[in-house]
Amino acid sequence: MPFSPSTLSLSSPREEMKRPRALSLILLSLLLLWSSSSSYAFQSDELLPEDDEEFEGLRSPNLEYVNPSRPSPSRRRSDPDASSSSDSKAIQFALEHAFGGSDFSSAGTFTARLKSWSHGGQTLTKLRFTRNALTEAEKEAFKRLLKDDDFYTVRLPSNVLNPTEKDYVMSSVRARCIPRESLDEHFVIHTEGANILAVNYGSAGACQYPRLLKLPEKWSFNSYTVLKNSDQAPRTPTFAEQLMEAENELGEGVKPPEKSFWAKYWMYVIPLGLIVMNVMTQAMNMPMDQAPGQGGAPTQQAAAQRAPNTAAVRRR
Amino acid sequence: MSSPLLIFVQGIYVSLPWSSAMKVWRHVLGKNDSIDQLNISLGKYVVTLSSEGSILRAWNLPDGQMIWESNLQFSTPSKPLLHVPATIKMGRDNLILVSSGGWLHAISSIDGVIVWRKEFATESLEVKQVLQSPDGDTVSALGYVGSSKFAIYHINAKSGEVLNHRTTSFPIDFSGETAIISSDVLVALDAARSNLFLINFKAENIEYNQVHISDLVQDFSGVTELLPVKLKGIVAIKTALSIFLLRVKGVSEFEVIEKINHPAVVSDALSITEAEQAFAIVQHTESKIEITVKLDNGIINEGNRETIRADQNRGSVQNVFINNYVRTDKSHGFRALIVMEDHSLLLVQQGEIVWSREDGLASIIDLTTSELPVEKEGVSVAEVEHNLFEWLKGHWLKLKGTLLLASPDELAAIQAIRLKSSEKTKMTRDHNGFRKLIIVLTRAGKILALHTGDGRVIWSHFLSLHLSEDCKPYTALRIYQWQVPHHHAMHENPSVLVVGRCGAGFDAPGILSVVDSYSGKELKSLKLAHSITQVIPLTLMDSSEHRLHLIVDSNLHAHLYPRTPDSLNIFRREMSNTYLYSVEAGTSVIKGYSLQNRCNLEVADEYCLKMKELWSIVFPSESEKITTTSTRKMNEVVHTQAKVIGDKDVMFKYISKNMLFVATVAPNAAGEIGSATPDEASLVAYLIDAVTGRILHRVTHQGAQGPVHAVVSENWVIYHYFNLRAHRYEMSVIEIYDQSRADNKDVWKLVLGKHNLTAPITSYARPEVVVKSQSYFFTHSVKAMAVTATAKGITSKQLLIGTIGDQVLALDKRYLDPRRSANPTPAEKEEGIIPLTDSLPINPQSYVTHSLQVEGLRGIVSFPAKLESTTLVFSYGVDLFYTRLAPSRTYDSLTEDFSYALLLITIVALVAAIFATWILSEKKELRDKWR
Repeated sequence: MPFSPSTLSLSSPREEMKRPRALSLILLSLLLLWSSSSSYAFQSDELLPEDDEEFEGLRSPNLEYVNPSRPSPSRRRSDPDASSSSDSKAIQFALEHAFGGSDFSSAGTFTARLKSWSHGGQTLTKLRFTRNALTEAEKEAFKRLLKDDDFYTVRLPSNVLNPTEKDYVMSSVRARCIPRESLDEHFVIHTEGANILAVNYGSAGACQYPRLLKLPEKWSFNSYTVLKNSDQAPRTPTFAEQLMEAENELGEGVKPPEKSFWAKYWMYVIPLGLIVMNVMTQAMNMPMDQAPGQGGAPTQQAAAQRAPNTAAVRRR
Repeated sequence: MSSPLLIFVQGIYVSLPWSSAMKVWRHVLGKNDSIDQLNISLGKYVVTLSSEGSILRAWNLPDGQMIWESNLQFSTPSKPLLHVPATIKMGRDNLILVSSGGWLHAISSIDGVIVWRKEFATESLEVKQVLQSPDGDTVSALGYVGSSKFAIYHINAKSGEVLNHRTTSFPIDFSGETAIISSDVLVALDAARSNLFLINFKAENIEYNQVHISDLVQDFSGVTELLPVKLKGIVAIKTALSIFLLRVKGVSEFEVIEKINHPAVVSDALSITEAEQAFAIVQHTESKIEITVKLDNGIINEGNRETIRADQNRGSVQNVFINNYVRTDKSHGFRALIVMEDHSLLLVQQGEIVWSREDGLASIIDLTTSELPVEKEGVSVAEVEHNLFEWLKGHWLKLKGTLLLASPDELAAIQAIRLKSSEKTKMTRDHNGFRKLIIVLTRAGKILALHTGDGRVIWSHFLSLHLSEDCKPYTALRIYQWQVPHHHAMHENPSVLVVGRCGAGFDAPGILSVVDSYSGKELKSLKLAHSITQVIPLTLMDSSEHRLHLIVDSNLHAHLYPRTPDSLNIFRREMSNTYLYSVEAGTSVIKGYSLQNRCNLEVADEYCLKMKELWSIVFPSESEKITTTSTRKMNEVVHTQAKVIGDKDVMFKYISKNMLFVATVAPNAAGEIGSATPDEASLVAYLIDAVTGRILHRVTHQGAQGPVHAVVSENWVIYHYFNLRAHRYEMSVIEIYDQSRADNKDVWKLVLGKHNLTAPITSYARPEVVVKSQSYFFTHSVKAMAVTATAKGITSKQLLIGTIGDQVLALDKRYLDPRRSANPTPAEKEEGIIPLTDSLPINPQSYVTHSLQVEGLRGIVSFPAKLESTTLVFSYGVDLFYTRLAPSRTYDSLTEDFSYALLLITIVALVAAIFATWILSEKKELRDKWR
């Protein structure tokens, strides 16, 4: 209460003038935030051409390309920028799947750009995935898998340039891990140059154990794909450099982080609290003790108790 | 003073005096530098020929110093031949002749300089024998041109000029086996192995006589071998049933002088005088070995016959060498060194085994440990009293020692007590779990149980002895724990399972042997109908506490053992959660499998399970090649999943038993260090979940190459490799943390039960992991790497590194912490993080082996004791080394020489003092009151 006048004094007339403007600014930013979030939600549907450019330069982070795309036959399209740069080449390779122990059949197509680097290496970039809709027979097979808690297996050719070579990378998941609202799947494709080293296939989120039988509401796949390349091993700079850096930092004077009030003074606060509590309880007991007729009695008793003692000593 | 005995086994050779099994000196040659031939020159030098006849070395016999080394150069290696002149001419250069790779080299025995060399490969002559004339002026090289032409070259010993050569064509093909009978006669065996040719090459024209073996020996059948024993005037041929000794009479005749039934071995001749030679024949019957030494001076004398009892556990006699000495009555005595099938050595003299050595222990291929039996109840009172008295006396002495009151005699007694330490070698289980049996499997297929107290052999069992003929050659593969009784079958002895292969080749059927851990008795032996490519011990036990094992054969079928309905029932419950993986290093493919109910075999077999491929990882063959894989030890215990870091934050370790570490290198850089440039070389490290095949982490080291050694434990992996850019060895560490549990740090969530700590973990959930890694330079190259294991996993870990100097170095894991930084914050310092350094420090005091060397170190194994602070470390190579380690000091026990008596006396004195002061104070009080 005593502080309220000072806060009031801060709001000068000029400040009052600013306030509506600030309010409008907040509103604007809120609006922006809302619009951006809504646009993010829509982004999954269509990929803008600018995005491709953005991802082309992106090499250092692991996530080459994340595309939550809902496949539908109408959205299947040919690569728009096939002729954009001479050193990159569009390639296609098929995803095949198997239900339990069945044979492999085509499940979708991956489209990627093969980029040739000046030093001779080749890398896969801009991965795009179109999944075929499940046929009735496949749907039945999938239902059977769900019932048996069996494996749903996918495979990709390990050599995308020469897919005739019968070397496949495979990945399997218990079918019951996949269904949620729709069938949510998550591909992580590990590449080494132009080769696919491994594909890790699984549910988009967690897979509860024990796995319960749950049928999806929508029989369509919701695919997320991630392309991963190898990282370079981190290596700390040489020791000398580190020392130099350390000296520089010391010159600036590194201050230890400020400790909170509690961290600093807990050892005083806790005993203080205990003492206060003790005093409080004493204070609470005091009025009870001073109730009429009881005030003198304990002292008398103590005196009475002390008397035999002194007698005993004297007797000895 | 007799000359020492030399023994060489695959690149290792040892010098032993004949009188005892103590070694005088020893050398271990390089990995690919195995000795082909060995000889003694001038009575004081040992000449060795190694690396397929390309390296010739001379060593000083008494002390093993190398005198010279000479490199012989040729393109195509062939079977090498070493000839050291038997007669020594003083004052002139004696030549050592080496025939290898199509060249004949003459090397000076003084300094190893190549005097001359002559190529025979151009004449397509395959040299079989090299002779030197008695005057040492000419060298003769004898051999075959093609398969049916015999050729002899006479060469000037001084200049290497060919003096003359002669060639004779024979009507038949030769088998290539020859034996020199004298300086002008050679015996050759034909390709049909039924005729002997007596070739006299001294004459102008080579003359020969053909003798049918069937004319010489009765009931001859099958194939014959010409034994490569060096006997003057005598050839030894081996037929299917027996060995025949044939004396050459004149130029065309053989005379059978001895027929020895199998199994038998004939030694080389030992010349005693000019005209007299001796050789030994060893015959092996059911329970005894018979050694007959024969003297030959034109006629064979029946020498002394000695019989020793054969140890059933040593197999048959493989080889015999003899040596003579002069007896007290001036006659010749002989002693024989016998090499047995299990690679053990026996020295026999006067019908007794003077000493024996278990040299099979130099080739341990696998090992496991076993607890000793529990101490039995009902120890007699007298023993206890005796022990009590001894115990008191010992402590009284120790007390005196600590109070510096002991006399020198008593000090010696204390020392003796400490040394004897009879506790150490008892055959019962101890409270701390220090006493154990280490059960080792040697290459020869012998199992030995070693006591950890003093390393003595408790029992040994030679597996291949009891196998039928169709199971030979037997290859021992691995040893596993088969039954470890804990609760239900306490009265039963533990047992081990030895997995082996019958016959050569990877498709050969397997054989399982179960051996009792306490007695070494083979409980059962089971010949399998299928081959063995992989053995997987499961975590499951059946009701009699036999561990369940899956054995994968080459047709991708998994077989469950033990084959009982009980184990099948137990396994069926867990089958849907059992996954296998296989690493095909040749094709660089890793595959994962699940198990399905039945195999499609003609014979129904419910213990056979089909494997279904679930996942595969294909490394591109042009850029990556698998070199090393490593997994966590199955029996490793992790104390806590949480790791509290300096700023009171918690990190959760990603702990998965299914984590597989794989290292691949560029195929160009797969060879020796230096065979590739830094730009060509790269090393990729992978962390793979073996259930789903998910690559958890992948990192490339540019300019790095193998050999890679890796060790995986808890949530980290440490690997060692060579950095070509920095020209140094490097060690990297990867630690992997689970982010999905990071939300559990909130206390309120824990209190309200809104945490996922108790949720079951499934590999099918997408893991959220973070990885921390760091690399450090390391001075040494590494032969083996392991990590200490303790009973509860509380004690901090040490890395055990087998260095190139054959020592074991214990390096704290703290040094390989990826969170080390150049200047740690006070909080990090408090946590014990060491400031970052470029390379790992090597403290000379942290060598576990102290000043000892474990020659030819091949492996290090750490197993826990019952005492949490202590781990037991066994390292093996040609030598064996065992020690106890306490990575964080023995915080949970008192030292062995802790004086309990002193403690007792102190307590008694204190109690007495309390009483005395109490009485005194009472008195004083009374006095005061009377006042």
